Amino acid sequence: MTAAAQQPPANRRLILRLVLAVFAMFGFGFALVPLYDVFCDITGLNGKTGVTDSRTVEATPIDKDRWVTVEFTGNAASGLPWEFRPTVAKMEVQPGALTRATYIARNTSNRTVVGRAIPSVTPGEAAAHFKKTECFCFTEQYLDAGETKEMTVQFVVEPDIPRSVNTITLSYAFFNAEKYVKQKTGKAKHQDTKLEKAHPGKKS
Amino acid sequence: MATADAAHHGEHHAHPTGILRWITTTNHKDIGTLYLLFSLSMFMVGGLMALIIRAELFQPGLQVVDPHFFNQMTTMHALVMIFGAVMPGFVGFANWMLPMMIGAPDMALPRLNNWSFWILPFAFTMLLSSLLTAGGGPASGWTLYAPLSIQGGMSVDMTIFAIHMMGVSSILGAINVIVTIFNMRAPGMTLLKMPLFVWTWLITAFLLIAVMPVLAGVVTMLLTDRHFDTAFFNPAGGGDPVMFQHIFWFFGHPEVYILILPAFGIISEIIPTFSRKPLFGYTTMVLATAGIAFLSFIVWAHHMFTVGMPLAGELFFMYSTMLIAVPTGVKVFNWVSTMWRGALTFETPMLFAIAVVFLFTIGGFSGLMLAITPADFQYHDTYFVVAHFHYVLFSGSIMAMMGGAYYWLPKWTGHMYDEKLGKTHFWLNTIFFNITFFPQHFLGLAGMPRRIPDYALQFTEFNVISSIGAFGLGLSQLLFVYVVIKCVRGGEKASDEVWEQPRGLEWTVPSPAPYHTFETPPRVA
Repeated sequence: MTAAAQQPPANRRLILRLVLAVFAMFGFGFALVPLYDVFCDITGLNGKTGVTDSRTVEATPIDKDRWVTVEFTGNAASGLPWEFRPTVAKMEVQPGALTRATYIARNTSNRTVVGRAIPSVTPGEAAAHFKKTECFCFTEQYLDAGETKEMTVQFVVEPDIPRSVNTITLSYAFFNAEKYVKQKTGKAKHQDTKLEKAHPGKKS
Repeated sequence: MATADAAHHGEHHAHPTGILRWITTTNHKDIGTLYLLFSLSMFMVGGLMALIIRAELFQPGLQVVDPHFFNQMTTMHALVMIFGAVMPGFVGFANWMLPMMIGAPDMALPRLNNWSFWILPFAFTMLLSSLLTAGGGPASGWTLYAPLSIQGGMSVDMTIFAIHMMGVSSILGAINVIVTIFNMRAPGMTLLKMPLFVWTWLITAFLLIAVMPVLAGVVTMLLTDRHFDTAFFNPAGGGDPVMFQHIFWFFGHPEVYILILPAFGIISEIIPTFSRKPLFGYTTMVLATAGIAFLSFIVWAHHMFTVGMPLAGELFFMYSTMLIAVPTGVKVFNWVSTMWRGALTFETPMLFAIAVVFLFTIGGFSGLMLAITPADFQYHDTYFVVAHFHYVLFSGSIMAMMGGAYYWLPKWTGHMYDEKLGKTHFWLNTIFFNITFFPQHFLGLAGMPRRIPDYALQFTEFNVISSIGAFGLGLSQLLFVYVVIKCVRGGEKASDEVWEQPRGLEWTVPSPAPYHTFETPPRVA
């Protein structure tokens, strides 16, 4: 008899634990997906833009002494048959002032297509101070065949943005989301496309 | 459950012969041999791919292969070398040596052991045959970054399944190693008496169990993104391609220590023998190994400094990465201290071990350079990175395995290898290795990107040198194969001890090691 024969129960216990550890780590790999988001939300490390509401913005004093240039870019990713561009290339805004900007999207195909816009703000250190109250990127956007739509984003640059930041670039990439949106009954509701000159800022 | 059936081993009934012996074997020495031969053959396959890469890079412009095939070669070279040559190679050493080193009759789970090995030929048949599919093999780099890998053809799916199978094989092997080490040690073989190779493999096995499932998870996400409309990495569905890199490198960084820790173990066996001194700082070696393993989990994002992380993230990963130099430095100084005032002789295994200490340290230093975030923006994805990881992987892992092979070949075969040819192999290998990879540092610093089949004219000279070195390096491995075959077939009879008063239980059994060893556990003082 060898040492092994005397130890099967011990082996079995250890094997069971190790196999459990393997499955737990397999699950942990998937858990990392939400965990990264949670971690970044808590620490603010993700470089994503934030969301705020208009009441908070109204309570924020406007920094009358400072102007920040906000540039707009946008592109439709390959696979999305849209034309997509900002209506103005850039504007000067005062930190604390709620500002509205628009993009134009046109469906060049002959069918209804649903897209999803992913925003990105550079420089990274500005992202945490760039907040939106309204954005076409919050939901999927539907465009009928040949339809043109003006899409609105309402944002505020917070007054505590570092002094070193003078120019912020807001960029949208529009992706085809057909694969991921279950065929919804009926059309998605259209957003109000009328332009209001709420805080137009100093256009340049 | 495939636990050890001791009675079965005690009977000594007739073994199947011929090919069936190898297919049905549950003997740790047989399986160790299978792993080592598999590793050697994959080393040759991966080496051929490297030579295709170097042939194309011999001159600027496109001469030998088209760019898409070049990309397949860089991808496959890495996958084959990492998962086919280095990992199975170390499992082969573990199979052969662990039971003998701790005074156990066999691995704890012999049937599982057989299965762990026999998954591998199927996994690699699938991986390599993906080269023959329409559109060719995977070409996204071995890291399989999304979204590029989401767009690949059928070969990506074959790669994913092959990775699943290799993962199962490594995990089963790791479970076997842990159970063997915890439950099969001879009486008196306390944990802190175990040879360092056993310790490094124990820690490696835990790393494997911790991260191979994460790799399996992330490639499964790729698979479902490709075929089942999930959107883990596709922004159109709310996913994030950078997430792939985070999860992949959460596996990937511990993986690089999986590839190096057993090498540390091997040279920690070789250096004391040829210094005729016990290993200096044994306990600190164990602690340093554990420290490196722990740190490996909190440094992953240093592979992705350029993705646009916030400053706090860059700083954290920079400092934590630099911290790894501390336990690694402890190891290097311990090896040097072991040699200090030792009665050194320079047989082939010792030559390899010293070269590993020296060249791995160069790789460690270039790693420190890469760890400096602002500098990394210059080095990222250049040939500097290629030079760095070949200095740690080739002159770390592979050369440690070669040294280990020369060290234990007499024990495995009962014959001394041809010392003169062994030394010739060492010098050819080491000189050509440096000719191949040292110029790549300069290429990288000058800005030559990696994974590109063509380059600007000013990079020509160093690439010519590197390619010549690569062909010399490749050819010199044929000498290694010849020395091994010659040693298996005959040669001077090796004594039981083989070397001058080596430490370790493996030297107390006859040479060649009998089919069954330590059926009665030895007593360890």
